[in-house]
Amino acid sequence: MPGSRSRPEGRVARHVREAPRSGIRAFFDLVSATPDVISLGIGEPDFDTPWSIREAAVYALEHGATHYSANAGLPKLRRAIAGYVGRTFGVAYDPESEILVTAGVSQGLDLAVRALLDPGDEALYPEPSYVAYGPLVAFAHGRPVAVPARAEAGFRIEPEALAARTNARTRLLLLNYPNNPTGAALPRPAAEALAAFACARDLTVVSDEIYAELTYDGEPHTCLAALPGMRERTVLLHGFSKSWAMTGFRIGYACGPAPMIAAMTKIHQYSMLCAATPVQEAAAAALAGPGAEVAAMREAYEARRNYARSALADLGLPCSRPGGAFYLFPKIEGLGLTASAFAVGLLEEERVAVIPGDAFGAAGAGHVRCSFATGLDELKEAMARIARFVGRRRAAGS
Amino acid sequence: MDHLLKLLQANARESDATLAKMLSLGEEEVAARIRAYEQEGVIRGYRAVLNEDLVEQDRVEAVIEVKLTPEREGGFDRLALRVSRFPEVTAAFLMSGQADLMLFVQGASLKDVASFVSEKLATIQGVTATSTAFRLKTYKNHGLLMESPDAYARLKVTP
Repeated sequence: MPGSRSRPEGRVARHVREAPRSGIRAFFDLVSATPDVISLGIGEPDFDTPWSIREAAVYALEHGATHYSANAGLPKLRRAIAGYVGRTFGVAYDPESEILVTAGVSQGLDLAVRALLDPGDEALYPEPSYVAYGPLVAFAHGRPVAVPARAEAGFRIEPEALAARTNARTRLLLLNYPNNPTGAALPRPAAEALAAFACARDLTVVSDEIYAELTYDGEPHTCLAALPGMRERTVLLHGFSKSWAMTGFRIGYACGPAPMIAAMTKIHQYSMLCAATPVQEAAAAALAGPGAEVAAMREAYEARRNYARSALADLGLPCSRPGGAFYLFPKIEGLGLTASAFAVGLLEEERVAVIPGDAFGAAGAGHVRCSFATGLDELKEAMARIARFVGRRRAAGS
Repeated sequence: MDHLLKLLQANARESDATLAKMLSLGEEEVAARIRAYEQEGVIRGYRAVLNEDLVEQDRVEAVIEVKLTPEREGGFDRLALRVSRFPEVTAAFLMSGQADLMLFVQGASLKDVASFVSEKLATIQGVTATSTAFRLKTYKNHGLLMESPDAYARLKVTP
């Protein structure tokens, strides 16, 4: 009987019990059980953290950075973040009251939805999306409302699609550009259209811009908070995981108007207290230091993107040109396979892991996510294997 | 710097076909640009970077600081080029600081290098002083660590 406490499962809160397990998790188990896999399924840089940052973490530990920091984070790190965000994105935040250091953007996202949603409030988010958006909204007792982004629109969410799902209970708009899993970036006019929509409907925007530095073709990132009317309604989430290759450090930050950041900090002080202090020292070093290494990583991703997209096109797997992040999201429908059948078949027959697009929501059906945060040699071998797999499927289908 | 040169510096053995895809160029264009760089002398050669400590060979390497008397015409260039032409010299740089030239010199033995210094280098008119130090172990060369740090496995699938 559901809710019965006669079994341990019954002791789990209903809204947690009923939240779906991440579709990626199931595929992870399958991949883990397969030996010698080339994985294009990894959503983190293949580069190790630049040495100067790692060295700063070691130095911090040697010099006693083993205590709590202020709840909002080390003052010097918040000042450095204010400087970086102001310089890079053109938005000014007060390091005293408008910046909160978090354990990665994931925690920032959790804090934002908990601080900004009343129970039953609706939160819009584009799909395909990073796996955490829907569940985090549900855990905050809000109602997640996925808005499909169309492949034909380059997987950029369109205001008309948002409007169709906006009602009196709609409170939040969660955005993530450049996007995981599609690689879609937001050119300035598209960003302005979304900003205009958010202002017109008086929505609060939580903008996860973790891939901001990883944009390609010379197209600069547009920070949503920098657009007219947006600063006062936006929580900007950013961090070090992707561009500085610091995923395992778990360090990021939230910037926004003081009352919103104060609310997030209130939850943070009770649940987390502060981000790990030596890691905050490493983050400060990341902002002070290795710009050339960060630029070189971005350049490597861009070259690999060009290579992989061209290789997929040669196989007849069309794929919109990702403007950012490190993912390709090719359409595999033409082969008469579902995304899952494609991913499982490719894994079993050729030992290459790609993620079925519908793991990122129904709108991802018919696509797979291929990460190019993988060394070029592995990428080449993966493309050769995908070519064999696709060739066999085409032969079988004709 | 041209992105093509950066890619070749990272891996000169990359095929033209792959380079072309990475740069969104045609394969012929890549081949033509590499040829042009070779002809212009921008690309001086292609070498494998070895961990010399793992290769069986009779070889020692020394770093030699050399003081020179600059000449009225041409400064250090004529002497530096003259020194550079010895096959024992694998690299030569004009330096700021106390010494004028920094040489990397290879020989089959300590004696070999010592005799190069005393019989060839030090006897050149204009060389006023040398200071030789022998390489004991290589940790990093040409931007490459000579030991691979422990690989820390990434999870095979992450969101």
